[in-house]
Amino acid sequence: MPVMNMIQALNDAHKVAMRADEDVVVFGEDAGYFGGVFRVTEGLQKEFGKSRAFDAPISENGIAATAVGMAAYGLKPLIEIQFADYIYPAYDQIVSEVAKMRYRTAGEWTMPMVIRSPYGGGIYGGQTHSQSPESLFTHVAGLKVVVPSNPYDAKGLLLAAVEDPDPVIFFEPKRIYNGPFSGHHDQPVVPWSKAGNSEVPEGHYTVPLGKAKVVREGEALTVLTYGTMVHVAAAAMEEADVDAEIVDLRTLVPLDIETIEASVKKTGRCLIVHEAPRTSGFGAELSALVTERCFYHLEAPVERVTGWDTPYPHAYEWTYFPGPARIKNALKKVMAD
Amino acid sequence: MARSETRTNRPALKLHVPEPPYRPGDTPDYSHVQVPAAGEAPRPDSACDDKETIPLTTHLVRVLDDDGRAVGPWDPKLDVEVLKKIYRDMVTVRIFDDRMYRAQRQGKTSFYMKCTGEEAIATSAAAAMDAEDIHFPTYRQQGLLVSRGYPLVKMMCQIYSNAGDHMKGRQLPIMYSDKEKGFFSISGNLATQFPQAVGWAMASAIKGDSRIAMGWIGDGATAEGDFHAAMTFASVYQAPVILACVNNQWAISSFSGIAGAEQATFASRAVGYGIAGLRVDGNDVLAVYAAVRWAAERARSNNGPTFIEFFTYRAEGHSTSDDPTGYRPKEESQAWPLGDPILRLKQHLVRLGAWDEEQDKALEEELSATVRAAQKEAEKLGVLSDQGDEGKESMFEDVYADMPWHIAEQREAALKEGE
Ligand SMILES: Cc1ncc(C[n+]2csc(CCOP(=O)(O)OP(=O)(O)O)c2C)c(N)n1
Ligand SMILES: [Mg+2]
Repeated sequence: MPVMNMIQALNDAHKVAMRADEDVVVFGEDAGYFGGVFRVTEGLQKEFGKSRAFDAPISENGIAATAVGMAAYGLKPLIEIQFADYIYPAYDQIVSEVAKMRYRTAGEWTMPMVIRSPYGGGIYGGQTHSQSPESLFTHVAGLKVVVPSNPYDAKGLLLAAVEDPDPVIFFEPKRIYNGPFSGHHDQPVVPWSKAGNSEVPEGHYTVPLGKAKVVREGEALTVLTYGTMVHVAAAAMEEADVDAEIVDLRTLVPLDIETIEASVKKTGRCLIVHEAPRTSGFGAELSALVTERCFYHLEAPVERVTGWDTPYPHAYEWTYFPGPARIKNALKKVMAD
Repeated sequence: MARSETRTNRPALKLHVPEPPYRPGDTPDYSHVQVPAAGEAPRPDSACDDKETIPLTTHLVRVLDDDGRAVGPWDPKLDVEVLKKIYRDMVTVRIFDDRMYRAQRQGKTSFYMKCTGEEAIATSAAAAMDAEDIHFPTYRQQGLLVSRGYPLVKMMCQIYSNAGDHMKGRQLPIMYSDKEKGFFSISGNLATQFPQAVGWAMASAIKGDSRIAMGWIGDGATAEGDFHAAMTFASVYQAPVILACVNNQWAISSFSGIAGAEQATFASRAVGYGIAGLRVDGNDVLAVYAAVRWAAERARSNNGPTFIEFFTYRAEGHSTSDDPTGYRPKEESQAWPLGDPILRLKQHLVRLGAWDEEQDKALEEELSATVRAAQKEAEKLGVLSDQGDEGKESMFEDVYADMPWHIAEQREAALKEGE
């Protein structure tokens, strides 16, 4: 089976989707001839022609809005927003139009499209190349929100997203495009070829939306996480020598509540880890759900490990980033008797 | 998707996707590009009806001819000392850019952006404005700071996010800000500053002040909705603002055709908003100066905004993260007909008898030494790559004027984190 990094897996997913369905069109800033600043759309213009893979003007609003028009015609736009930090000009189209179309027309018009965007920090990108804005989208009824954490899932989830009848916001953890991340920024990057989940089947397969994955079974506590933090959390658990059950949520909306509930009821403890800021972050939703549904099984309060409620500071990136130390401190609290 | 079933005799529609004339491997040839002769463009009065500028939005205001002579009605007839000052600023910017690019390559910082080939625009515009006017720049107007005498050491400290950075390491390198020098905080989010400049100018008008504003944007970023907001508000309120588009023909890998330049000049967008428009040779210091002066006069005398397109060429990569050989021919910058702005002003100065090779060499040496010395001093305060945790508590400040409880708690937790 071919071994791929996340960029290659996502690129391959584009090709599989575009070969299978002529209505899939790809566009975004620098996404045409050049193949995107992270090269996820490389080679698409060459294979599928300029009317199916092209450069967009620098207008995220325009990209989302024309995708609405294309979806109304019956195409399936698979669009790229160059960085999640630049999605805000498109927010009105996404929130007011894309998300609500099925509902406001009782299904007369629908918006099957995928809006891909690299998110997250750890690359010294400063405040405008580091943000994790997923909860600005999980809060909006009508959008599905997906965050892959490895090449295998990235391809399978992207193909499932393209085939989904509803709009999907697909956030790609750019810190782990080339290799998983333990959270120790002073250690060299391990390439995906030396890590798990980098064997990516050729051709078509899907990883269903709405299904979490238990990436490690354990008895001591449940760790709910997604994206880059799956790897950071797993490394921290291993270093702390704790028998953690690690759940990679993969899809935030709709959430795989069954897997979460079963796991927390089994372990009786829950730690939530995400990179986004704490206040109104997705962890707040997770914490509320776990408390509502598993309260009588909990042996300690639910803990959240998150980014701080500040913008992402360029120089103090590693003070901001919820790394091993923050996870271990929270772990002590969750594991207290 | 099914096509129309009833109108099968009509031609199939086709999507037009603009393509630049040359890609890697092609030999760029701009001999077909019609460059209007210097001195040819008429110069209306700065108080003219905006419609009088319509021909100038598709023309090209040029003052320096191929032999380095200043010709025509736009010649600002500058004192030679002013020219020498702009020349000095341009050379400083180029040397500064080279050294900081290298510092990034040496791992001393995370990122850098040069303005090579575009030095005339910011340095000459700054010279044509008053020191008390404000700029809302993009990341390619380092020339404004250099022209206004902002210390190179402070610029470098920002680039290194070190102890001398007054923004406390919060911004990406080159995202400068300096209130005192009338230099608004640079945003990583494109185009946001363009309508903000209009707002500042409106405020100046609301208060009966005499200061004006200048907003800056790249060719690519004109596609953003904020461009339209800026033009609409500037027109509606006849704001005392100069709106400048630096058309360096590239936006990372996208050529200006992707921003609409195939169908119309950027300058001609002014027409539809009822704003005076000028299209200017951005590699011609004198033309840049003259155009900005004209627009400033217009704004200062309550005759409204001006939109200026500076036509130039991005001679190097977009940033340290970009390799342009992936999308355009290596030789393209050499083939570009408007030449190098520094060499063009030098030729003019030599022609005036105000400059010679020896002076040029001496200046280059002097400025190289100045930049090197500044770098040494800045590096004494640290570089990004060797920065430890020191001062990390400062990252929790300035989120609000007063720190709320939750951030205070988070600061406590962060300080204890390593223990
Ligand atoms: C809202 C937003 N979208 C996308 C980007 C990413 N980006 C940074 S610079 C750039 C190209 C800008 O080109 P142009 O406006 O022509 O300015 P130039 O770099 O040529 O000076 C892009 C797409 C961004 N910074 N902000
Ligand atoms: Mg440009």
